[in-house]
Amino acid sequence: MTDVQTGDPLVRLSGVNKWFGSLHVLQDVDLTIDRGEVVVVIGPSGSGKSTLCRTINRLESIEQGEITIDGVKLPEEGKALAALRSDVGMVFQSFNLFAHKTILENVTLGPVKVRGKSKAEAEKRARELLDRVGVGHQADKVPAQLSGGQQQRVAIARALAMDPKVMLFDEPTSALDPEMINEVLEVMVSLARDGMTMVVVTHEMGFARRAANRVVFMDAGRIVEASDPETFFTAPSSDRAKDFLSKILNH
Amino acid sequence: MSFLVDNFTLLRDGFLTTLSLALLSGLLALLLGTVLAAMRVSPVLALRGLATFYVEAFRNTPLTVIFFFLVFGIVYIDLQFPTKFVAAVAALSLYTAAFVCEAVRSGINSVSTGQAEAARALGLDFRQSLTTIVLPQAFRTVIPPLGNVWIALAKNTSIAAGFAVTDLTAVLSRLANANGDQILAVFAAVVAAYLIITLSSAWGFSVLERKLAIVR
Ligand SMILES: Nc1ncnc2c1ncn2[C@@H]1O[C@H](COP(=O)(O)OP(=O)(O)O)[C@@H](O)[C@H]1O
Ligand SMILES: [Mg+2]
Repeated sequence: MTDVQTGDPLVRLSGVNKWFGSLHVLQDVDLTIDRGEVVVVIGPSGSGKSTLCRTINRLESIEQGEITIDGVKLPEEGKALAALRSDVGMVFQSFNLFAHKTILENVTLGPVKVRGKSKAEAEKRARELLDRVGVGHQADKVPAQLSGGQQQRVAIARALAMDPKVMLFDEPTSALDPEMINEVLEVMVSLARDGMTMVVVTHEMGFARRAANRVVFMDAGRIVEASDPETFFTAPSSDRAKDFLSKILNH
Repeated sequence: MSFLVDNFTLLRDGFLTTLSLALLSGLLALLLGTVLAAMRVSPVLALRGLATFYVEAFRNTPLTVIFFFLVFGIVYIDLQFPTKFVAAVAALSLYTAAFVCEAVRSGINSVSTGQAEAARALGLDFRQSLTTIVLPQAFRTVIPPLGNVWIALAKNTSIAAGFAVTDLTAVLSRLANANGDQILAVFAAVVAAYLIITLSSAWGFSVLERKLAIVR
């Protein structure tokens, strides 16, 4: 795939800086994600990838700069922030399914509590989504009864149930046994094909090559380079990216 | 034995008074303590501060002093509870709420932060994520410590006897004073009555714990 900048920006980070105490985790980050674009974020552990992802729905606040989604600046708190978050889906490394709720309830909770949908309507849609990610027959179980790969697919369905404008994935396959990685990646590739706007922190190069429009390489809190996947993996321009790629390719 | 039969009504009324003191105070303390715990984890600094102050103040004051204040002290600021029983319920619930708060708060802290983050990421506000995601999981883990708080409360009701409430302990002292020769029977009856409350609730709490266990 080539770099299809549609010129229709959905998420825009400009001049973003964030500190954890004295640690400068995000340094002058500028990044614009267009509607329908899939951006893969890659970089060494501790480089700030998760933090970047989490600032986009303000699970982490920022000290400087501005983040807008669909032209709206991220609200600082309260109802407005909750409303904005409902439009941004998030998939966590550790799934974070609600442990005391069934699979079906996990997926209907947001639509019912936040969108005010009726239970019947929410359940109908939840079952469609669970079928789509291949766990429809598990609807009445609780999360602990499912494998990691199944739980992560439920987590994707839970996020999709809100009809988000953009989806954030923070290392969605890093906690999975190797044989379960593909079943999750397949779901993500199909989402990308359907035109979902996605920010994906991952080291899965296969996914980046198949689905990403752009790869963003981070190191020490900065975006060091951004290019289409083919260029990035075959001819990275920065030494740091070269160094990083040689490490992950050799392991 | 006939002595206990003769005084059955007195013992029964004392038992019912103790039981209702404990149940009413327990319920109020559970409500207030949960609200305090929610305040202690809220993003609003003022609420956190207020709840912390409350807990430290009530947890570190002897219950008898709280009774004194609510029965005699507030008279000087022109306040008074309608009955001594109501004053006793107030003292017991205000005091016990501090302990409930700390138990519930430890339960809240035991729920992984990912649960609340997932809730917030869906667009639930603080109150919604607390009431639908965090507290239901927190309560399941705090049933044993809440059981301990409850048993302490059931025994603490005996302080009300010193403030003109005719509970089991008040009945004990009345019967013992009037019937020195029957003192062992009196003690046995009163202790048995307390045991009915504490042992049956210990059993109830362990059933509840098994029923509500979450598969992880
Ligand atoms: N809540 C936090 N408090 C303090 N430091 C943190 C916190 N979260 C992350 N960090 C630090 O910020 C840096 C970036 O973390 P992170 O965004 O998780 O990196 P990555 O996802 O690229 O591995 C790391 O050094 C990490 O230790
Ligand atoms: Mg990370």
